[in-house]
Amino acid sequence: MNLVPLYVAIPLLAAFLIPLLGMWWKKSGEVLATLSTVLLSVMAIASIGAPAVVHHMGGWPFPEGIAIVSDGLAVLLLIAVNVVGFLCVIFSLKYMQEYTGLPKYYGLFMLMIAGMNGVVVSGDLFNLFVFLEIASIASYALVAFGVEADELEAGFKYLVLGSVASIMILFAVGTVYAVTGTLNMADAAREIASRFGGPEMNPALLLAAAFFLMGFSLKAALVPFHAWLPDAHPSAPAPISAMLSGVVIKSLGIYAICRIFFHVFGFAAGNPSSVIIANAMIAFAILSIVIGGLLAIGQWDLKRLLAYSSIGQIGYVMLGIGIGARVLATGGARSLAALAILGGLFHLINHAAFKSLLFLSSGAIQQATGTRDMKRMGGLKERMPITAATTNLAALSIAGVPPFSGFWSKLVIIVAAVKAGHVVISSIAIAMAFVTLVYYVKLQREVLFGAVRGAVEKAREVPAVMYVPLIILAVVCVGFGLLYPVVGARILEPATDALLNGAEYIKLVLG
Amino acid sequence: MKGMTLIVRTITDFVVAFIVVFGAYIVLYGHLTPGGGFAGGVIIACAFILLMLAQGKEVAFSRFGEKTAHVLDSTGALVFLAIGGVGLTAGFFFKNVFGRGEPFRLLSSGMILPANIAIAFKVVGSLYLVFTALAIFRRRSFRSMIEDELT
Repeated sequence: MNLVPLYVAIPLLAAFLIPLLGMWWKKSGEVLATLSTVLLSVMAIASIGAPAVVHHMGGWPFPEGIAIVSDGLAVLLLIAVNVVGFLCVIFSLKYMQEYTGLPKYYGLFMLMIAGMNGVVVSGDLFNLFVFLEIASIASYALVAFGVEADELEAGFKYLVLGSVASIMILFAVGTVYAVTGTLNMADAAREIASRFGGPEMNPALLLAAAFFLMGFSLKAALVPFHAWLPDAHPSAPAPISAMLSGVVIKSLGIYAICRIFFHVFGFAAGNPSSVIIANAMIAFAILSIVIGGLLAIGQWDLKRLLAYSSIGQIGYVMLGIGIGARVLATGGARSLAALAILGGLFHLINHAAFKSLLFLSSGAIQQATGTRDMKRMGGLKERMPITAATTNLAALSIAGVPPFSGFWSKLVIIVAAVKAGHVVISSIAIAMAFVTLVYYVKLQREVLFGAVRGAVEKAREVPAVMYVPLIILAVVCVGFGLLYPVVGARILEPATDALLNGAEYIKLVLG
Repeated sequence: MKGMTLIVRTITDFVVAFIVVFGAYIVLYGHLTPGGGFAGGVIIACAFILLMLAQGKEVAFSRFGEKTAHVLDSTGALVFLAIGGVGLTAGFFFKNVFGRGEPFRLLSSGMILPANIAIAFKVVGSLYLVFTALAIFRRRSFRSMIEDELT
């Protein structure tokens, strides 16, 4: 017996119990959300190094049943989602007190975690879509939770664009079902490999691939599908911004792209369609890196700067994965593909840590100073030393200053790009890494250092329940950089292996 | 909302009970005939929505309050999860642990019947709540919105 379904069942239980008990017990959300996220984090961390397992719902084996799969790649995402989720709940305990309707907030929060965990462990295309919708709809409501005019506008924009993405994904799922006659990912992969494995890809499958790529890129906010993110992420309450930038765009976007393109469609050497898909991934990645980075420089709203930075950084994650895909599709060395994908996944988990830290600290700064306008800040380290120190650490980490984690993951991605012969792409990536440094130096200069001015004068350090999550995430940022041998061997290499061994995934699920 | 004419109000008073019974039938026989928790739940919720349209919000809330709907909504989902959790004790989530019974009888096919009832609770509660949420917001004319913008 394995307990993989509990990753979905526990947050769902909390999500429905919180509003029910919340009618009589006002603290239900705080207590139950903390308990369940602690439990989920412990489960996720305990599954590091465990062998890949598949759970057949209702005891029905393939082909009747629905498979729930936890392999190396899923474990990586489960750790990111649940640990960041736990820290955001802790931060919310104090931060969200100024809002009303808290049982609804925690209920939606747990629903979002249930949806993300469901996407990550689902072994079935249609279930993946259903969980994606659960997580998306919960996040639309959470973005608009403040119900001010701009928050509602951002939530509505996110809803419309997110629904467009969902329709594209549903259409693609339907097309794959029509062509292969199955929704089970492993079975669909086997069908595609055996019936359409030749150099000519079935045009219907190519169309499905295009719709999947567009839909999931919209969920991941890759340029040119990024328009919703700079509005949605700053408008949400800070813990939700941290969840959205930290894990939602990764589990709903990047993870789903990895799972579907590497495992279901597969990157067969010599298949021209595979090369087209890999090229599209690299193109979206480069566009995201360049446009996200350049737009971030000009921002004076702290959270908006962080949101544009998310677009740029998610581009780096996609670049690593896209280069890995292209190496596989052109028949290059498997070890080189593994290096590129490892870099991408490493940047994914690093970005989950430092971007959620930055968004949480932006919330702490907003609550202490009452503004997000960087022109009205300065000298924060005098008034809020702990928040300023952790923010500084995250900024150095994301800007790629050694020895912090962001430097190593960008280095791996760029080395892989050079080794794969993409000289122009790697020089763009290096140049834009410098641009990242530029706008984080701007953040340091305007907000953290210098003379105390503007709204900062009256600011006080936030209470411990808010800065402890910041400290934990800062330790993670340093730890991932310095303890790479441990993190790499225990978490990242199993994930890379799982992604590259499509055949093993099919064998695991179909038995 | 004040409700509609006397004829409509009298007729809805009669038919609401029948619609609820028909919905309950669809739920309870979902494992034997076409239908099930969702279809039956929609029919039951429609009975109360009809009541709200014909007789107004106050009458509908006196028969089926908002708080009751919230409780039904959450308990339905929790019961459904509990049925799945019971299966986990037998090794797999949603594994059938109830007796299968004699085919084509009401009490047969294991956990499908309780699962259908749980789904019906959830659907009745949430569909009714969606409708009440929409009914609470009064329609504002386009002209008044423009005037608000200008002032």
